[in-house]
Amino acid sequence: MSASAGPAVASGHPTVAGTADAKRLPKPRGERFGGLVEGWLRGHTLLIYLFLYIPIIVVVIFSFNATNRRVTDWQGFSLKWYASVLSDKVVQSALTNSFIVATSTAIISTVFGTMAALGLQRAPKWFQRPFEALTFVSIIVPEIVIALATLVFFSSSFDVINPIFGLKLKLGFPTIIAAHALFNISLVMLLVRARLSGMDRTHVEASYDLYGTPWRTFWQITFPQLLPAVVAGFLLSFTFSFDDYVITTFVSGAGSTTLPLYIFSTIRKGVTPATNAVAALMLLITLTILIVGQLVVARNARRASGRGAGVAQMITEQSA
Amino acid sequence: MAAITEAVPVRPARPPRSIRSAALTTVLVLPASLWYIILLVLPLAIVVVMSFGLQGNHGSYAPGFTLDNYGSAFERLTPFTTSLWLSLAGTILCLLAALPIAYFIATRAGRRKSLFIVLLVVPFWTSFLIRTYAWLTILGPDGLGGFIGDSIGDPGFRILGTPAAVLLGVVYGYLPLMIFPIYVTLERMDRTLVEASKDLGAGRWSTFRQITLPIILPGLLTGSILVFIPLMGEYVIPAILGYGRVFLIGNQLVLQFLESRNWPEGAARAVVLILIMLVSVIFYLWFANRGRKTRDVSVI
Repeated sequence: MSASAGPAVASGHPTVAGTADAKRLPKPRGERFGGLVEGWLRGHTLLIYLFLYIPIIVVVIFSFNATNRRVTDWQGFSLKWYASVLSDKVVQSALTNSFIVATSTAIISTVFGTMAALGLQRAPKWFQRPFEALTFVSIIVPEIVIALATLVFFSSSFDVINPIFGLKLKLGFPTIIAAHALFNISLVMLLVRARLSGMDRTHVEASYDLYGTPWRTFWQITFPQLLPAVVAGFLLSFTFSFDDYVITTFVSGAGSTTLPLYIFSTIRKGVTPATNAVAALMLLITLTILIVGQLVVARNARRASGRGAGVAQMITEQSA
Repeated sequence: MAAITEAVPVRPARPPRSIRSAALTTVLVLPASLWYIILLVLPLAIVVVMSFGLQGNHGSYAPGFTLDNYGSAFERLTPFTTSLWLSLAGTILCLLAALPIAYFIATRAGRRKSLFIVLLVVPFWTSFLIRTYAWLTILGPDGLGGFIGDSIGDPGFRILGTPAAVLLGVVYGYLPLMIFPIYVTLERMDRTLVEASKDLGAGRWSTFRQITLPIILPGLLTGSILVFIPLMGEYVIPAILGYGRVFLIGNQLVLQFLESRNWPEGAARAVVLILIMLVSVIFYLWFANRGRKTRDVSVI
């Protein structure tokens, strides 16, 4: 079974044993660079993970810097920037605004997105196709196009509506939330649909056989199975809305400055430890949501259907 | 047991529910449909109409018909060409960076696969704005930029504000979008094909080229389109890491809509951007279907 035994022998049963055992077996011909390739794969993967995490770590570390001057000039550990940022009225109101916008967006998107997913499977074909096409468009069109189109739409319809009805509609929370919800309704719908299509119908049929009404069947059988997707959808919409800059900057009005808008405006004045502290807070909020989501969804998924599906797995599958 | 078998035959016939059922379906899909019509179809239609319109007195819009907006869009093509080459370069770099790591996670990670995936999702999930902002310190004069400047003896050396910085930010921001679809196709791939290829005496490289690559091509394509299209409209990364000096379509649209308030001209540029996007999606669909055919052949 040595390397000189020729391809026919060298590639016999040992390789069939699978890649897991490959390391322990003698390497066949043509695998001379095997070790090199393995090393490169491993090194590349490690480098990518470092690349992804180092910037995040840098922001967090320097947000604890006691310095009053340059950000990278380490003067010892301190929480003073967090204290100063959290007592800043502007930051407080931006944070509140962001929570208002993100929570409303997440509620609207989750309810309407889930409803759409459930309705779509009952809808006739002539309706499904255009609806799916619009879902696709709402996700694929660059955010900036959605942003400017929504701005143009709101301001021109306000120009028409306001004089007629004597209203004073203007840009603000409702316009931001409505614009954010467009993308997120589609997102929730896709997540819930994926879950629906993988669902076990036998429980639903069993429930009908046992005289379950459609209403009770839905809440006792269908909904618990959909819950992981619904929760994932809610948390994803919250995060996307919370983090959004482009759409918000187009359709926000006076007094509806969100945290990303605030951060963006301070970045223009340069990096300061205070900005790092706000940034770190924002990381903390989004990370907390991810962890909560992962825990809730993973536990629920195991209980409801046995199909292991964390938030991460859902995102990964959805992107394919 | 007996109770159930008795219960089945007497299951009552339900009353005709077709009308109620149709009403329920309508109620379920109504909000989302309204959203699509009012906040997607209508706004995009208005943008298209506006792109042929005239500029109004106080900045925004006056009805009319002209092609001048498109004329001036094509007169200054630089933002388009910059966006195009930056998006292409970014997509290719993402592809090169994503392929090995997706391959590693799919084939070498074993039971820790989901841990690897979660570790990819975490940065992807955390604030995009903050992650872009983070590079300001790293690339800045107190970071890598200054370090390289010192070592080559050029105090004027800068990374921030150059296309290189934007490209780095782009790869950083969009890499997970490339890794996920490639990983999923690799994961679903029938591994026995690889073993068969090796049994037939093919080396690593030719196995990869002749077996793995054709199979994962749809994944590569999906990843490329997921990266390329949002990149064409990117605004945040060039604004922060390019100091606005690396001027993409996104920057120009922001300028025209929010600052100079020349809406018809901006609308024309937006329409061109939508057309570029449409062309790439159509190309993608065409290529994906073609890929499917060749894949079927290779399996036979």
